[in-house]
Amino acid sequence: MGDILLHVKDVHKSFGGLKALTNINLAIEQGTTHAIIGPNGAGKSTLLNTVIGRLVPDSGSVMFGGRSLTGLKPFEINQVGVVRVFQTPEIFPDLTLLQNVMIPALAKKEGSFRFNAFASLFKDTDVRDQALAMLEDLGLAEQKDREAAHLSRGDKRRLEMAMGLVQRPRLLLLDEPTAGMARHDTNRTIDLLQEVKKTGLTKVIIEHDMHVVFSLADRITVLAQGTIICEGTPDEVRGNPKVQEAYLGGAHL
Amino acid sequence: MTLDSPRREALVMAVFAVVILTMPLWMAPFGASYPDLLQKFAIYGIFAIGFNILFGLTGYLSFGHAAFLGVGSYAAMWSFKALSANVLPAVLGGVLISGLFAALIGYVCLRRSGIYFSILTLALAQMSYNMAYSVLTPITNGETGLKLTQTDARVFDQLAGVVPEAGLPSTSLFGLEMTGYPGFYFCAVALIGAFFVALRIFNSPFGLKLRAIKSNQTRLLYTGFNPKPHLWVAFILSGMYAGLAGALLVVTDPLAGAERMQWTASGEVVLMTILGGAGTLVGPLLGAGLIKYFENIFSSFNAQTLHDAFSFLPDFLENTLVFLISPFVGHGWHLTLGVLFMLVVIFLPGGLMEGIRRLTRLVKARRDRNSDPEGAAVVPPSSVEG
Repeated sequence: MGDILLHVKDVHKSFGGLKALTNINLAIEQGTTHAIIGPNGAGKSTLLNTVIGRLVPDSGSVMFGGRSLTGLKPFEINQVGVVRVFQTPEIFPDLTLLQNVMIPALAKKEGSFRFNAFASLFKDTDVRDQALAMLEDLGLAEQKDREAAHLSRGDKRRLEMAMGLVQRPRLLLLDEPTAGMARHDTNRTIDLLQEVKKTGLTKVIIEHDMHVVFSLADRITVLAQGTIICEGTPDEVRGNPKVQEAYLGGAHL
Repeated sequence: MTLDSPRREALVMAVFAVVILTMPLWMAPFGASYPDLLQKFAIYGIFAIGFNILFGLTGYLSFGHAAFLGVGSYAAMWSFKALSANVLPAVLGGVLISGLFAALIGYVCLRRSGIYFSILTLALAQMSYNMAYSVLTPITNGETGLKLTQTDARVFDQLAGVVPEAGLPSTSLFGLEMTGYPGFYFCAVALIGAFFVALRIFNSPFGLKLRAIKSNQTRLLYTGFNPKPHLWVAFILSGMYAGLAGALLVVTDPLAGAERMQWTASGEVVLMTILGGAGTLVGPLLGAGLIKYFENIFSSFNAQTLHDAFSFLPDFLENTLVFLISPFVGHGWHLTLGVLFMLVVIFLPGGLMEGIRRLTRLVKARRDRNSDPEGAAVVPPSSVEG
């Protein structure tokens, strides 16, 4: 057993009468890739949103490296090293790719606020180099001076991945990283994530595509109707009859 | 980009300084080369450049920036009355006081974004305007406005043993009176300084973060930056620019009235910025120049001017043309400006700067095609104006 990096304890969240999350307990080990799967409306995105500070749980706590994330603002959560990659690409559409990646690199370097109106961006060579290297890694370097709005959807996702990875996060949360992608792009994303995995980065992936999940995950948690119905290694989950019944239906495997 | 950035900055600044300082020469053919108007070009240029730091970079549309202009004017006037006829403390005071005022107003208004932010700034500015007219009369002298008088204290001047001359006192820079061309050159130097600061902000990490707020504020929040203090600082900076402009207005013409705080004045700077090109460095300056030109020159054209201009035509043509055009000149200059504004917003959403950009791209493409008959001219997407 490695160290626990993210610890979700007894989290409850309801919207009006709807219980979105009931008694969620999760322990994500350092260096692992943990997939959260489940049918639509199972509460996957709600769970993710409680981790990144978009939602505050009704009760329970989210601990990250021994520190509570509950009640922190999204930018504070980013500053402790939790980075989220969104389901629909969230980028800065009017800025160039290089600028898009430089901004998170600056955030990592500067903290949440710094008044540096008279510093020259061109002299910030380390930030620039980091951003360029990241674009290079993701095969976007040739387009670095393009406006991000003009990218293809697949490239936008890779750009967002670059924006996340350039911060060298301690925990990367990926919300359906391959949703809406063609098979070819999906495989490229899997390759990329496997590459990232070698660096020992801890990841939580929410995903529908079982091919992606079973190619990447060390552990899988299955959510249904706001509760965890099963957790274990891919093989354990694959063999679990409850999971088969609730979600997988056998056919997907 | 072939030039590295610091050298490019220096080049831009050098060209800019030459263009501004030679304005009396190249404005002459346009009939605009007299100091009063040149001063206005420079002053409203500063106002628009500052407004653009907030609106152009962050996308937050303030509808109350005239309040900071007014506060700058009042503060500078009080410096003239209480401290010294020297313009330096007045300008400094105007900038500082309006910066403080902007800090207060910005703190309140930036609780909200979008249209609610605009309405809040509008409401607070109108409140300031009405207060300047009524309850704050001891400070603002209400409807009459603040004026210099022989009996003003001018503590520093007295200490320095300056003997007030007969007649109305005037503002000066160590003895150099700030009217006419010296006044213009003082404003021009301030404009060059203001432009330099704006240029640095545009090319700084801070400026990039402000652009990111405009582009996708939510994303910035999840990127680890707190947009709020960035917005606040941008708001204060643009308030200080407005304060500088307000102070310069009374430096060149020592009379401060509340009407310059009215919402129409706030609207004017919005028009200037959009007309010239929000988010570009030079655009707001162009917009300010154009609007002031229309207000002062175009508005003085009358039917006689038109008759003179078309006198080479046969009489009936001359009369028809004059009849058709005269509603658009003289008192009708607002109409022309309105039409121009509509055309720009519809066809050039990026303002006049977008027009210039398109033209240069066209010329470049044509030149490339000429030099390369294969027609492989690929126009690189232009980088952000800077």
